[in-house]
Parts: sequence; C-alpha cells; structure tokens
Amino acid sequence: MTDAISPSGAFVRSTVIGEQRPPHRVSGPVLWIRENLFSSLLNSVLTLVFVASVLWVLPGLIRFMFITPVWVAESSKDCSADLLKHPVGACWGFVNAHLGYLFYGQYPAVERWRVDIFYALEALGLIWILAPKAPFKPAGLVFFFLIFPIAGFILLSGMTSIGLATVQTHYWGGFLVTIVISTVGIVASLPIGVLLALGRRSKMPISRLVCVIMIEFVRGVPLITVLFMANVMFPLFVPEGWRPDSLLRVLVGVGFFSAAYMAEAVRGGLQAIPRGQYEAAQALGLGYWQMMIKIILPQALKIVIPNIVNNFIGLFKDTTLVAIVGIFDFLRTIQASLSDPNWRSAEMPLAAYLFAAFIYFIFCYGMARYSLSMERRLQTGNRH
Amino acid sequence: MSSTGSAIKAMKPATLTHENAIEITGMNKWFGSFHVLRDIDLTVKRGERVVICGPSGSGKSTLIRCINRLEEHQKGSIIVDGTELTADVKKIDEIRRDVGMVFQHFNLFPHLTILENLTLAPIWVKKMPKKDAEEIAMHYLTRVKIPEQANKFPGQLSGGQQQRVAIARSLCMSPKIMLFDEPTSALDPEMVKEVLDTMVTLAHEGMTMICVTHEMGFARQVASRVIFMDQGQIVEVNTPDEFFKNPQHDRTKLFLSQILH
Repeated sequence: MTDAISPSGAFVRSTVIGEQRPPHRVSGPVLWIRENLFSSLLNSVLTLVFVASVLWVLPGLIRFMFITPVWVAESSKDCSADLLKHPVGACWGFVNAHLGYLFYGQYPAVERWRVDIFYALEALGLIWILAPKAPFKPAGLVFFFLIFPIAGFILLSGMTSIGLATVQTHYWGGFLVTIVISTVGIVASLPIGVLLALGRRSKMPISRLVCVIMIEFVRGVPLITVLFMANVMFPLFVPEGWRPDSLLRVLVGVGFFSAAYMAEAVRGGLQAIPRGQYEAAQALGLGYWQMMIKIILPQALKIVIPNIVNNFIGLFKDTTLVAIVGIFDFLRTIQASLSDPNWRSAEMPLAAYLFAAFIYFIFCYGMARYSLSMERRLQTGNRH
Repeated sequence: MSSTGSAIKAMKPATLTHENAIEITGMNKWFGSFHVLRDIDLTVKRGERVVICGPSGSGKSTLIRCINRLEEHQKGSIIVDGTELTADVKKIDEIRRDVGMVFQHFNLFPHLTILENLTLAPIWVKKMPKKDAEEIAMHYLTRVKIPEQANKFPGQLSGGQQQRVAIARSLCMSPKIMLFDEPTSALDPEMVKEVLDTMVTLAHEGMTMICVTHEMGFARQVASRVIFMDQGQIVEVNTPDEFFKNPQHDRTKLFLSQILH
C-alpha cells in the first residue's frame, strides 16, 4: 500500500521513512583550505599577512634560540661574536651558569636540597588534587592545604630542634619566591574570595558592608600600593620587634589583593544561579552553609572557572611586582644576574629575558590548558 | 542496593501530630507596597487535598510559598502541624523538613545525578547513612517509575521525568505535607499525565496536599476542597462537585468559563 492523498485532502501515513545518510559532499584538504583560509577577500589577505609575518620572524628566532646559541659558557667572552669570529645566537650558557641563583636565590648551597624537597612536595600535591583520576582525593586535599603548607614552611625556614638550620626569608629568592608567593596567593585567595562574595550578597547589613568596603578598597588601589603599605608603611605603625617578616607581610598583602578580585569573579557566578536552586535547597531543609557548599557554590564556581583561572594567571605574573619592595623574585634574580660583571654584554639580556618568558609562559599556559580541560570535564549539562 | 529494604522498613511513617495540618489566620503579605495576600484564613486538616486555582497574579503561589517560608508574611499567623512560623530559623528548618515542595520548573540540582539529588537532603539534613538514603531513593524512584535513570543527570531527562524525580526527591524526606506549585504548567502536553498520575497515587495514600494547579480533571478526581483566589483574596471555597457545577461568585464563574471551554 502506498501513501496517497485522498480527494478530500486527508492523509494517513502507511509507510515509514527510514533513516538516510546525508548527501555526500566534496571534502579534503583543498576544500578545507578554501573554506577556512580563503573564504573571502579579507580572509585571504589575513591569511597571507599572517603567513608572511611568521616566515619573517620565525626562522631568525629559531636560528637564534636553537641553531647558533652558545650552550656552555664561562663568561660573556664565550658568547661574544667578535671574539668567536662568527655570529652567535642566545647565550644559554649565561642561564646555565646562573641556574642555581635563579631557582634558589641566595638560599645557602648546602641547604638547597630542602628547596628541592619543597618543589617536589608541591608538585606531588598539585598532581594529586588536579589529576582527574588520582586516588584518595580527600587525602590529597588535606595534604595540599594542611600538611604541605606546614611542612613547606618548616622545610624552607628551618627548625633547629629537628636539625634544620634557620634560613631567613631574605635569603630566599628567584623562582622559589615566585612559587611561594603565587601558591600562597592562590590558595588563600579562593576561600577568602568566596567568603567575601557570600558576605557581599548576605542579607546581614554589617557583614555586607564590611565585605563591600574590603573589596572596593582593595580594587581601588594598585597592587604596588598594597605592597608599599605592607612593607614600608606598616612597620612605621608597629613597634620594633613586633614587625612580622617582610616576605610574610607581602604574602598577606598579595593574598588579600587577589581575594578581592576572586570575590568579584565568584559573585558573578553566584548571580548566574537561578533563584529556584536556592528555593529547592531551602524547601528540602538545607541550612545556609549546606545549601552554599552542596548546591550553589559547585555550580557558581563551575561557571566562573575561566575567570578564576584568569585571576590565578594574573596573580602569578603580578608576583614580579614584589621586586619593587626589595624581594628577589624570579624576574628580579634574572636582572640581578645580568649585572654580574663576568656576564656584561649587550646581547645577554635577550637570552635572559627569553628564558624568563619561557618559564612564565609554561606556567601560565599550563594553567589555561588545565582550566579548559576542567571545563570540558565538568560539562554535565546546565539545564535547570 | 541491598534487597532487604531494611532502611525502608525502619522509616518512621510520617504522620501529622495535630488534627489541623495547616492553620492560617488573618494572614497578609505585601511585596513592597503591593498587597499580594489579604486576610487569608485557611485551615487544612490532616489528610486533606486542597487545590488552589485562580488567575495569574492572584497570589496562589505566594500563598503556598508562605507555608514553608520561602516568602515571609507580615501579618497574621501560619501554624504548620502545631508549630508557628516566625523568624526563628530553627523552627523554619523544622517545618521545611516536614513540608515537601514541588516547583513549576522542577529545580533539580543540575550538577548532581538523579540519585544524588534524592539522597542529598536525607544525608545532610537527616544525617542518614548514605546506604540507607540510597535505598530509600531507589524505592521512591521505582514508585515514580524511573529507577533506571538513577545515574543520569537531570539535563538528560524529559520534563515529565524531571518532575517525577522532583516529587521523589521531596518524598525521600518523608514529608507530612506536600506543596505543589503548578507542577504541570511547564511540561509538554504529552508529559502532564505521568506527573498527575504520580500525584493521584500520592493523594490516594492519604498524603496531606496543597496543589496550585489548573488541571481541573485532577481537582475533580482527588481534591477534598477547591479554593479559588483572585487579587490576593480567597474568593470561593467548595467541594469540587459544587465548585465546578455550581460556582457562586461571579469571578469564579468567569474564570471557569474561560478555562473549561
């Protein structure tokens, strides 16, 4: 029997239309190039300009960094084109020679194994809490947020009772300081930021006021000002002997500074959660903190992962500002190495700053990639 | 899940201790200067099924949302199973544990699986062991006929299925009273029946229910009383038979003529 329209216009289907494959289309690399790179005049021009600029910059850069550099050097003489009588690229020998200083600062050479253990513990903790399939996650959290900070502090600053010589913080430097400041900033800013964001949306006027003042004040001043306040102004008000360590003051300043920004990122997420979620949680009898921890924050934080990681990346790079108050972070130790009389030369900074850029890029790009993969992993459908 | 059902047997049957499940007297509520609820007097007896209908903006949703304090009333009193609703947070939480609510837009927690949606409140509010909570959750999921969806996320379910999960989620707290706020208004027409069937079963089991709904078939079938509201006031209260056959107030007549074509 076939489907037929009766003279009156009524219709009843008696056959089933089976699923069919879509019609074939021309495909292949040529089509891809045409559709994606040369689809319009503007697109074609952009493609050509981009290819031309890459061809213009890249070969020189590759030659400079990988083909003609000097890997091992005793002093700037070994990197000098005039003395070597042939063109040379980056003087990686400089970086090699200062590697210890760049990663440990003035930390006493015999005690540097402690910094190595600190780095290893931090890497272990990060992998434990960040790798999606790592086992014993709760233990990992306890390790990273409780055991690691205490163990790290004892390791780095020393404890004579267990045979670890005291190393004062002004000996710390280089990448160690960068990592310490950014880790403390990141670890402290998220919980404090969440509390500030919740406080700002609270119905209690006093806590709301305190949080608003705190957030707006911190956002209203540059980080450099906060650092100056912490390091220069603060000691003026406090009697001698009561002054906390200068690195500690900076850590507190950075922590609060990033917390204020974190609070605004989190608040954005909180605002995106429909009222129905609060009401359903309340109707089930959940208390305020249960509702926040179990229902609202997991959803809100998920929405603002890109903003949070953006803040983390910003914070990581902002650690370079501590150099202004006399703390030797990674970038500052690179600058300091450049003034080493053995290594004075006009080309030296190029290699040094390329290396600095490389290190900062690895960490920032790593954070960005991780946040993307986490976003994808947490995608469980956002329908409410 | 163990098949012994020990957790289910151990569940205390949720019974109201007072003859009057809900007593609302002289209750008034304002949104700003807008008078949404005016002199509401309403007593719901144990085991009664009350259907509230009325035009949109008449305050019917606000009324039932006052019963578990999702909205705060400013005048008069609301007593739920002998406990008066005041600003006392402890009493509010106590009442919310005993009063289940189903929303128009389901309000499932999208980041949790169906099973987690159901076990969350029993585990965190009632401090029930996870295993028992899961057993009870599966029991109610079976009753709303979707046990096979337990490990999916809400976004993967149809509207009707989501609303049945929402009902099961409320039931897991073994509530004494259930509030339904237009539970079928956001559903595709084909899914209304499966949700209503669940509600009918619940009503036949003697659950005290207040339903804001325009499903007049449902009202006829299970309601002990139908309440008609307009402009924040209760305009007419009657048994379903009388209400539909013989409406008294002009506004009720107009409303019924509009919805029962």
